[in-house]
Amino acid sequence: MSTVSADRLAKVFVEVADTLVDDFDLIEFLHLVTSRTAELVETADAGLLLADHRGQLQFMAASTEEARLLELFQVQIHEGACQDAFRSGTLVLNADLTTANDRWPLFAPRAVAAGYRSVHAFPLRLRSEVIGALNLFGSGHGQLDPADAQIIQALADVSTIGILQERSIHRGEVLTEQLQCALNSRVVIEQAKGVIAQLHEVSVAEAFDLLRAYARRTRQRLVDVAAAVVADSGTMIDVTASAPSTDGHRRN
Amino acid sequence: MTDMLTRTSALIAAEGVARPHLGSTESYLHRLCAAAVRALPASGAAVTVMTVDGARGLAIASDPTSQLLADLQVTLGEGPGIDAYALRRPVLESRLNESATARWPNFAPAAVDVGALAAFAFPLQVGGARLGVLDLHRTEAGSLSPVALKQALTFAEVAVLTLLDGQWAIDGGSGPPEVEQAMADQSELYQAQGMVKVQLGVSLREAMSRLRGHAYANDQGLANVAHEVVSRRLRLDRDAQ
Repeated sequence: MSTVSADRLAKVFVEVADTLVDDFDLIEFLHLVTSRTAELVETADAGLLLADHRGQLQFMAASTEEARLLELFQVQIHEGACQDAFRSGTLVLNADLTTANDRWPLFAPRAVAAGYRSVHAFPLRLRSEVIGALNLFGSGHGQLDPADAQIIQALADVSTIGILQERSIHRGEVLTEQLQCALNSRVVIEQAKGVIAQLHEVSVAEAFDLLRAYARRTRQRLVDVAAAVVADSGTMIDVTASAPSTDGHRRN
Repeated sequence: MTDMLTRTSALIAAEGVARPHLGSTESYLHRLCAAAVRALPASGAAVTVMTVDGARGLAIASDPTSQLLADLQVTLGEGPGIDAYALRRPVLESRLNESATARWPNFAPAAVDVGALAAFAFPLQVGGARLGVLDLHRTEAGSLSPVALKQALTFAEVAVLTLLDGQWAIDGGSGPPEVEQAMADQSELYQAQGMVKVQLGVSLREAMSRLRGHAYANDQGLANVAHEVVSRRLRLDRDAQ
């Protein structure tokens, strides 16, 4: 029996299923998936990684700064729950970080130091291919309910659909086109964070909030605003212009 | 992780220098195109380099047909390379003689006329900095296999490294390139690029060169320099030598 109410679950899936609209914003969508995944479970953070053409995982989105840093750490050391879920294509469930030093000698102590006690990782699957993984870090002792695990795997599957932007992939090319686009979008956003951080003397985390709030305010895709921010020509976009957003969430 | 890069640069190094009169970067890109044709199921390859102000520069091609296809796209203002550049993603068209006419009404028939039945274009870019396009074509219709696609993407990656860091190419592309070592902290590297762009009032591409230049000049790793910039312990406008 899931710990999540049917009503809440329905809301989450209506929200994340909205991936086939014209102005679909993939990066914003992946942030939404990590936030909603984290909220489904008490005291948890979530992060999402995608693989590049050389099979190297790359950071895409996280629900909190702590989760982002831990995802980046896993990418650096080529070790951790996300790596395992990606390599094996199977989910990692209820791994106790406090007794996982043999399995993950670098990742486990770092995750514990960041305040987490358990980790789960769900592969992002497209038929026989695995394109990335969704990570869940828990700070509590509790085990993940099997029904909740199924729900999160479903969220991971919806993410894959969002990334591919096609319900049925009849051409293998589409996977490459969309994945490469997604990976590069993330790079553009990091560069734009740097520009904004320098321009407005704020932290890179605050820069992301400004970028995101501006994109929402002006109803543009995050990556389009980011591309305009880093563009060499044209007028410099002032992401602090007009009314400040009331959105207080910190995600990057 | 560097296996694929190292293998690909070895393939390029194995190509003889056919046009010694070209500059070192151009010469290396020419060998890259030749190696791509040899390693991939491709009939021709061309790298079109964008100038610093974003204009379309000359194409370096493995053969006259590839040169023609690259030039055609510039003339007609349409084609897979033009789209790959605009969309910032690969554009893979396995059937130029069937489905592509609606997509490129002028380019597709012209390409088929010169014998190209499939075209694959890969942007040469790092985030918002767009350096050019790698165009491949085949004389028969059909998709590239997943393995061939990965190989093609790696050729594109080496082309990016060459354009960002000519010295790496001149040295024969041996050893892990600096960008590879920086992979560990790549978010910081990209953030630092954006910060340096503002500090120096230069293009993103120029900011990347300055970061690399600073790393070389001070014998520091690129990741380390990027970390110093993002931590605000280093400003390239003030502290540059």
